[in-house]
Amino acid sequence: MSLDSVSLDVDLRALAGVPKTEVAQKAKDFKTDQEVRWCPGCGDYVILAAVQGFLPELGLRRENIVFVSGIGCSSRFPYYMNTFGLHSIHGRAPAIASGLAASRPDLSVWVVTGDGDALSIGGNHLIHALRRNVNLTILLFNNRIYGLTKGQYSPTSEIGKITKSTPMGSLDFPFNPVSVALGAEATFVARTIDSDRAHLTSVLRAAAAHEGTALVEIYQNCNIFNDGAFDSLKDPETRGQWLIPLEHDAPIRFGADGSLCVVRRDGDLCVVRTDSVDAAEVIVHDAEADNPSLAFALSRLPGQDLRYTPVGVFRSVRRPTYDRLMADQIAQAELTGDADLGALLRGQDTWTVRATASA
Amino acid sequence: MAKQVQQLDRVVIRFAGDSGDGMQLAGDQFTSETAVFGNDLSTLPNFPAEIRAPAGTLPGVSSFQLHFADHEITTPGDAPDVLVAMNPAALKANLPDLPAGRDIIVNSDEFSARNLAKVGYASNPLDNDALDSWRVHKVALTSMTIEALKDTGLGKKEAARAKNMFALGLLSWMYHRPTDGTLRFLEKKFAKLPQVAAANVAAFRAGWNYGETTESFGVSYEIKPAVMKPGVYRNISGNLALSYGLIAASRRSGLPLFLGAYPITPASDILHELSKHKAFGVRTFQAEDEIAGIGAALGAAFGGALAVTTTSGPGLALKSETIGLAVSLELPLVICDIQRGGPSTGLPTKTEQTDLLQAMFGRNGEAPVPIVAAQSPGDCFDAAIEAVRIALTYRTPVFLLSDGYLANGSEPWSIPDLDRLPQLTADFAVATDEPFLPYERDPETLARPWAVPGTAGLEHRIGGLEKADKTGEISYDPANHALMVGLRQSKVDRIAQSIPPLQVDDPSGVARVLVLGWGSTHGVIDAACHRVRRRGIPVAQLHLRHLNPFPADLGGLLRSYDRVVLPELNLGQLALLLRARYLVDVIGINQVSGMPFRAADLEDSLWDILQGVDT
Repeated sequence: MSLDSVSLDVDLRALAGVPKTEVAQKAKDFKTDQEVRWCPGCGDYVILAAVQGFLPELGLRRENIVFVSGIGCSSRFPYYMNTFGLHSIHGRAPAIASGLAASRPDLSVWVVTGDGDALSIGGNHLIHALRRNVNLTILLFNNRIYGLTKGQYSPTSEIGKITKSTPMGSLDFPFNPVSVALGAEATFVARTIDSDRAHLTSVLRAAAAHEGTALVEIYQNCNIFNDGAFDSLKDPETRGQWLIPLEHDAPIRFGADGSLCVVRRDGDLCVVRTDSVDAAEVIVHDAEADNPSLAFALSRLPGQDLRYTPVGVFRSVRRPTYDRLMADQIAQAELTGDADLGALLRGQDTWTVRATASA
Repeated sequence: MAKQVQQLDRVVIRFAGDSGDGMQLAGDQFTSETAVFGNDLSTLPNFPAEIRAPAGTLPGVSSFQLHFADHEITTPGDAPDVLVAMNPAALKANLPDLPAGRDIIVNSDEFSARNLAKVGYASNPLDNDALDSWRVHKVALTSMTIEALKDTGLGKKEAARAKNMFALGLLSWMYHRPTDGTLRFLEKKFAKLPQVAAANVAAFRAGWNYGETTESFGVSYEIKPAVMKPGVYRNISGNLALSYGLIAASRRSGLPLFLGAYPITPASDILHELSKHKAFGVRTFQAEDEIAGIGAALGAAFGGALAVTTTSGPGLALKSETIGLAVSLELPLVICDIQRGGPSTGLPTKTEQTDLLQAMFGRNGEAPVPIVAAQSPGDCFDAAIEAVRIALTYRTPVFLLSDGYLANGSEPWSIPDLDRLPQLTADFAVATDEPFLPYERDPETLARPWAVPGTAGLEHRIGGLEKADKTGEISYDPANHALMVGLRQSKVDRIAQSIPPLQVDDPSGVARVLVLGWGSTHGVIDAACHRVRRRGIPVAQLHLRHLNPFPADLGGLLRSYDRVVLPELNLGQLALLLRARYLVDVIGINQVSGMPFRAADLEDSLWDILQGVDT
């Protein structure tokens, strides 16, 4: 099965308020003159190229696109995008981007973050951005390690991880970013992998089209401190058996010729051989279901070794966005209210002291 | 029986009761009546941090003090002339502040054995000689309120809740207050509950009529309107004036106002107020925490909004890193710190001036931030506009320091003429044929361009990493870092050039001692200086609006006096800065009790210091 077939209606309602370019763009229009300073072989290069290659499709004016990031290797991303960019402080990009997007509906606002930035120091901002549903696209580069601080375990590292700060193995249980996002009332949650440009692009397209906060978890290889973290999902030997491409409205089958499938057993989802069950038993993916239960159950399929990792769009539902609701309230107030500054300052009870007054 | 009417020039009333007794509401209404009548006034609300501390206990006592007069006054008064005590706890908690011979109006219904025991009264002070030093008026406030409302259909418990309006009615009669405003207020406040509105109005009238008819109160008082500068006046609290200042600044600059905030006492009322004014294009963003509040504001500033965040001490501590980023990004941002008692959670509802050094230095690296302080409730309006002026002109975060006393206190405010407000300009960058340089500076102000997204040709990337001069690109070059540190400092220093010359108040013209102050102590320092002058010693008074940078003429001025005395509600924070900067031996008068200075105490302290000076 092809991984580049994430098929959701792309109506770009999310970007309706953003001015369009009159001149066709190319990937190179989004490149800056800055030397890219990631380590050679870093997965970030692939993601950067995919984003630069994909943005011309949206046809937005470059000056109306803003990339906001926090701190970490991935957060250097804005420096390499020829748009407006803000490299902020650790963990706070979703908050900063929320203020920008809420006050400027004419901008396409992107957040680039990592597993440490988004899920450790910035966990609070991430979950609140997701529930608030401001029109933002959050790209979470998950390499399951701290790169910029040189190799400590991260909140997505598998338990028992041996690192510089955990010589006998890490003790804390990791987050599953997709589960976190779904639990945080996200309206759009997807996962993709740096090594599959076509799939990455298709997920970016769906995320850009989503009106509201879209979270895209991108498995990204750190070849210095956690090399091969996702090899089992990339290796042709295992990839077919371990990776589950999700397609909206399609039965969840994967592996060679769809030999494996997802079914429900005793209330839980599990993977079985397709020929061992009735076709009607195979779970049909519904990313647009109002209830996130199925998406959440899918997010729980993989174990710590990443076997049975679903990729693609887990959830994509419509809910009014914060920025739109905020703009509506202001429009309504402007329509019905009186913006008379003089009257505001005077208030209800005034008294006048005249020059001739004597007391 | 014709009652006697006595003329007074000033009165201090304190309403005190349980947190749930509606004392703040009664105080606010009495203040409104007094303001409309035309007295000068100053108020001091004082309430516990708990919403409803256990009923009838000392920690649950809430009070509201109002000083009003037929002449200009600058403080809420040191001691009450009249104490309204709604229960034994209110009496016990406030009695130490009441000088002998003054009046106590006490709700005798609440002096049950149980309520007396709660606060440790072994016997009823209304029945023994404990209150012989005062003039006690026992009023059965609760039962008379219930009696007055017996036809309203309300149960006894509900009816009793209107007793604060009975008390307000009685006091309104005693001091000849106009009542229309209160009646209108009650109708409006309870518009959806007509029965409750009618009950409150009835209780208010019953209180008034009781004063008129009872023999317990033989005298009523008149305090004539104060002579004030011509103008249209209203009563205003500091947080309201600050909110209005921000809206006015938004209007004057043509920039949409964006507030990112997390609720915190005593700053929350600014969020509440601004959230009402969406018709002015105001966006209020109640964030998930203090950090996100300022983060969202900074994001909006990047997008070209007039960005503001509001907080108090503990919240400011959380915002430090983002303020540092704003310094580095050189974007306009107003940080309103409504100071309260610290450290840590401290005293949420009390007042202090203990955040000055946090505002000045509470960041990593060399990160100068201008500081503006408001000096009275009404002055919060002008201080807000000044903070915005500096932020926009110099592209910098700016602190606006207020405090709990200013925030909740109120005073008559001469409504400003809109045409005379300072003109503020946003002045966004526009593209030219030259490559855009985000850190190229205005030669005069050293401000960098404000290049907002949506402007073709100005695409640029900036962040918290050190930036190369002019280009804004990442730079680790030592010489460049030294240059940028110097430029950021020079930019803030240059603000001093835009500050008008200081105006010292010295009626004698020969004073050798300068009494300096900043922030909410203005009124009380003013009062203390007047008293000292009346006792024959000339003193000069100066109050600072700008605390960073200091006005250019401050150093010379301080050195021109034999002594500089500086009362502060902290352990000497401004004194530390002045000593370091000017090598002037500033003498501090310091109080950190959570309460404002009392004029008499300050007068005594000044007097003691003046004894040692050859004036």
